[in-house]
Amino acid sequence: MWNLLHRLASPPHFYRLAAGMIPWFAVSGLLAVAYGAYAGLFIAPPDYQQGDAFRIIYVHVPSAYLSMMAYVIMATGAGIGLIWRMKLAHAVAAAAAPLGAWFTFLALVTGSIWGRPMWGTWWEWGDPRLTSELVMLFLYFGYIALRGAIDDTAKADRASAVLALVGAVNVPIIHFSVEWWSSLHQGPTLIRKGGPAIDSAMLYPLLAMILGFTLLFGALLLRRVRTEVLYRERRTKWVREMILSTPGNNL
Amino acid sequence: MSAAEQHIPGVFTGMMAVARRDLLLAWKRPGDVLNPLFFFAMVATLFPLSVGPSIEQLELSGPGVLWVAALLAMLLSLNSLFLTDHEDGSLEQMLVSPLPLSALALGKTIAHWLTSGLPLVLVSPLLAMTFRMPVAVTGVLMLTLLLGTVSLSLLGSIGAALTVGLQRSTALLSLLILPLAMPVLIFGARTVSLAAAGEGVAGGLYFLAAYAVLTLSLAPFAAAAALRISNE
Repeated sequence: MWNLLHRLASPPHFYRLAAGMIPWFAVSGLLAVAYGAYAGLFIAPPDYQQGDAFRIIYVHVPSAYLSMMAYVIMATGAGIGLIWRMKLAHAVAAAAAPLGAWFTFLALVTGSIWGRPMWGTWWEWGDPRLTSELVMLFLYFGYIALRGAIDDTAKADRASAVLALVGAVNVPIIHFSVEWWSSLHQGPTLIRKGGPAIDSAMLYPLLAMILGFTLLFGALLLRRVRTEVLYRERRTKWVREMILSTPGNNL
Repeated sequence: MSAAEQHIPGVFTGMMAVARRDLLLAWKRPGDVLNPLFFFAMVATLFPLSVGPSIEQLELSGPGVLWVAALLAMLLSLNSLFLTDHEDGSLEQMLVSPLPLSALALGKTIAHWLTSGLPLVLVSPLLAMTFRMPVAVTGVLMLTLLLGTVSLSLLGSIGAALTVGLQRSTALLSLLILPLAMPVLIFGARTVSLAAAGEGVAGGLYFLAAYAVLTLSLAPFAAAAALRISNE
């Protein structure tokens, strides 16, 4: 078991393995998104209350879910890297951060676009989820900025890992305090989740979109980790040999 | 060897020695303590000047404004927490010390709170008065600041430890610490607002106290780990 894990975590092995996995993730992800987008936009009936505006959930919900998921992956990678000094785990954490920031941004933008017809405003401070998602984006920015400020990769890995772990302890507290804060806000009557349970014609496309987004996220993450590994190992023998044996290189 | 071991002081003694040294340094350079206080007063002055002197508005925004001003003033003083020790090499002595680094970092953080957090608490009634805050509410404000600045000092010690020795670290430190400080700000300001509205404040104070205990238990270890990484 440990042997297998160790072999998996060795950069050249991972580099080859990921190359084989990326097409599977990408193709299946694209298929799921294509089905989800078609079924969600054309087949699913309009919502009895929100009309066609509800259809933005097919982008919004997967993005919001991945913005959290990416943070979990980042913090887990950071923790493993810090405790067991596994270089690949640090590479995963570093690669997950910009993706997480983009999905957080996407969730904020789609939420804001949805809020315009629903709440009559682009931004509603009274909604706890919007606000805590914004704080999430700031946490990603802090992580990325700290990495950017340290030139030495190994040092950047370890310093940003401490930050990611401190952030991971804080994320539930931030979420809770934002909820507490907005529950006291005499806000407008928000349209909350509830009413009739979601119809299966609406639900299946959503599940397909969540699955598809996750698979595409996996493909992007693997690709980023591969690049990260290649850059970190640029002075090693296996990278040199691989590049020299690539047909058509100019070296 | 055994003779050398006898000279190692206890953990608590070492922590207090570090704190005492920082307090003495602050006493010799009073500007370092006073400047954040002036900054606190000035930021609190900016708001009435920008939103207008209407009494209702000041009463309504007072708790939030004073809390934001206090948070920014705390940030301002954080940058120098480990900086001078890093520059003159005494930080390296702490790293090689046989005492646990987390205890020494906590000692420095205690001194930081005594020289930046506590003065803010003591000055806040003066500013609260200009915002027409009633005496009872001012008491709640001081209590929330007392509990909240403890957490801010401790959270800040992690950020200061991560950024020590980096170029242009001031903006970076703010970017790292502000999202983490959000719960303290929310509970601090809202609890004072609740007090002003005549509602119960126990829940908010309990949260701030619990958060202070949490940061007190975890932050020194995170700060010590960060100091080791920054200085390797």
